[in-house]
Amino acid sequence: MSWFEKLMPSRIRTEGKGKRNVPEGLWSKCSGCDAVLYRAELERNLDVCPKCGYHMRIGARRRLDVFLDEEPREEIGTGLEPSDPLRFKDSKKYRDRITQAQKATGEKDALVVMRGQVEGLPLVAAAFEFGYMGGSMGSVVGERFVRAVNASIDHNIPLVCFSASGGARMQEALLSLMQMAKTSAALARLSAAGIPYVSVLTDPTMGGVSASLAMLGDVNIGEPRALIGFAGPRVIEQTVRETLPEGFQRSEFLLEHGALDLIVDRREMRERVASLLGILTRRPAA
Amino acid sequence: MDLNFLDFEQPIAELEAKIEELRCVGDDSEVNINEEIQRLQAKSRALTESIFSNLSAWQVSQLARHPQRPYALDYIHRLFSEFEELHGDRAYADDPAIVGGVARLDGRPVMVIGQQKGRDTKEKLKRNFGMPRPEGYRKAKRLMEMAERFKLPVLTFIDTPGAYPGIGAEERGQSEAIARNLFVMSALKTPIVCTVIGEGGSGGALAIGVGDRMLMLQYSIYSVISPEGCASILWKSADKASDAAEALGITSGRLKELGLIDEIVEEPVGGAHRDPAAMAERLRDTLIRQVEQLERLPVDQLVAARYQRLMNYGQYNEKS
Repeated sequence: MSWFEKLMPSRIRTEGKGKRNVPEGLWSKCSGCDAVLYRAELERNLDVCPKCGYHMRIGARRRLDVFLDEEPREEIGTGLEPSDPLRFKDSKKYRDRITQAQKATGEKDALVVMRGQVEGLPLVAAAFEFGYMGGSMGSVVGERFVRAVNASIDHNIPLVCFSASGGARMQEALLSLMQMAKTSAALARLSAAGIPYVSVLTDPTMGGVSASLAMLGDVNIGEPRALIGFAGPRVIEQTVRETLPEGFQRSEFLLEHGALDLIVDRREMRERVASLLGILTRRPAA
Repeated sequence: MDLNFLDFEQPIAELEAKIEELRCVGDDSEVNINEEIQRLQAKSRALTESIFSNLSAWQVSQLARHPQRPYALDYIHRLFSEFEELHGDRAYADDPAIVGGVARLDGRPVMVIGQQKGRDTKEKLKRNFGMPRPEGYRKAKRLMEMAERFKLPVLTFIDTPGAYPGIGAEERGQSEAIARNLFVMSALKTPIVCTVIGEGGSGGALAIGVGDRMLMLQYSIYSVISPEGCASILWKSADKASDAAEALGITSGRLKELGLIDEIVEEPVGGAHRDPAAMAERLRDTLIRQVEQLERLPVDQLVAARYQRLMNYGQYNEKS
């Protein structure tokens, strides 16, 4: 598999498989407007459709790679690995799901944390890997997030988190629910220390992650058209038995209802987050 | 089938019916059947004890959701004096799925917050089946912050299937409301004791469940997702709810083993609804003991210890 194919969301990857005479991964289809796009060009455009501006999902490592300055970078919490305290087994063993997710994503768990800089401004950045069991939050994600917060406090530098998650990880049962309390408590400390936290909510940010660390930013940023909410649209539809309004639970809807501060295009993310943090940390103007 | 009894309690129900029958006969009969009645009552007690000594997680879930199980206000009225309910989030509305107010516990001023289910259809609708909306959580937060200002210990009573998944709830920021409560409770400068009295349904429960002590009534449950929800996602079939209940380890005993709760408050034989007065008394004694312990700590030590508890949640491996 070519290196950039690995970065592609799986549903895009399967797209090319039927067409035998086209080299795999050369073209991909926009999930927003169905335009067929040249993969390399899409890549250069940070996986934002050049035709309609649709923001496709990107992995955690790529996210941090395009967000942070090239140097310096230091990854935090690399030694942490998931365990299976409940020996959870549904139709599949949790252990097997872990192995599978690790193989598919190359990540130990669903959150990657790095200390680095954005446009010369030092910060700690965390990103969820949605490809790893739906970016679900278990013990490792919670602990890595706390270490990200602690690194921010220790170095007195801001924290940025890109969330993309279905919520708490069922296979760790109540332990994963408690990660909501754990991460929120750490953020309360960060806030008390007067250090800014920017939460960037990307597609999708739902359930326990949305109802804890993702909604607690000093500034909450949404990527365009990201699905963000507590309950999933299907659950709500089943509960209220009516069709949901157009654009329900999308970033633009949340902005309108006052849950987000602003929506930022991925291609401007670096610049605008750096500028916001520069102001919040009272750095002299560039 | 007697509706007061759950499926697995039917043998007890049959025995109780027999006892009742004998009682009626006893009134107009020469034969002394008191002895027989006593014998059967002893048998019924033994049977109940034996059934209840070995409940599955799914059976405990049914008890936790029993239609006759005492709800938050039932305990509040039995446990406290001078309860004065305080309403509203000061921004949008009053959510009847969460009740709160000031009260006295054995004379000591406290703040009480609980999720409230309804008993009959009308009240069930009013209370939204115990599923709070954002304004409910924001009311709870308002009351907790008031408790901090006036140095009142906060006692919460958890009993909800979960936060309400509705259109309006999403529009008004259900996620933010829950997240904010976790944030505020983690650093609130006054003791917080949380008790799961029935159903502890996920984030909706946790939003009033961050504190210095976590208690559970013996037959209550606390879970990241309902057994039905988990079964339909992971097993692709809601029929597997009992398997999911087992796998999720939602009972007080299992959660105590996992170190996620501090104390189990034992229930009367057959569950809290069989003897609400006895249950309330036991809970009251437990809460008084816990609050007394916590109030002895200087407040910064209290908050530091709470933070440490929260940081200890989680199990993982670490390679250096």
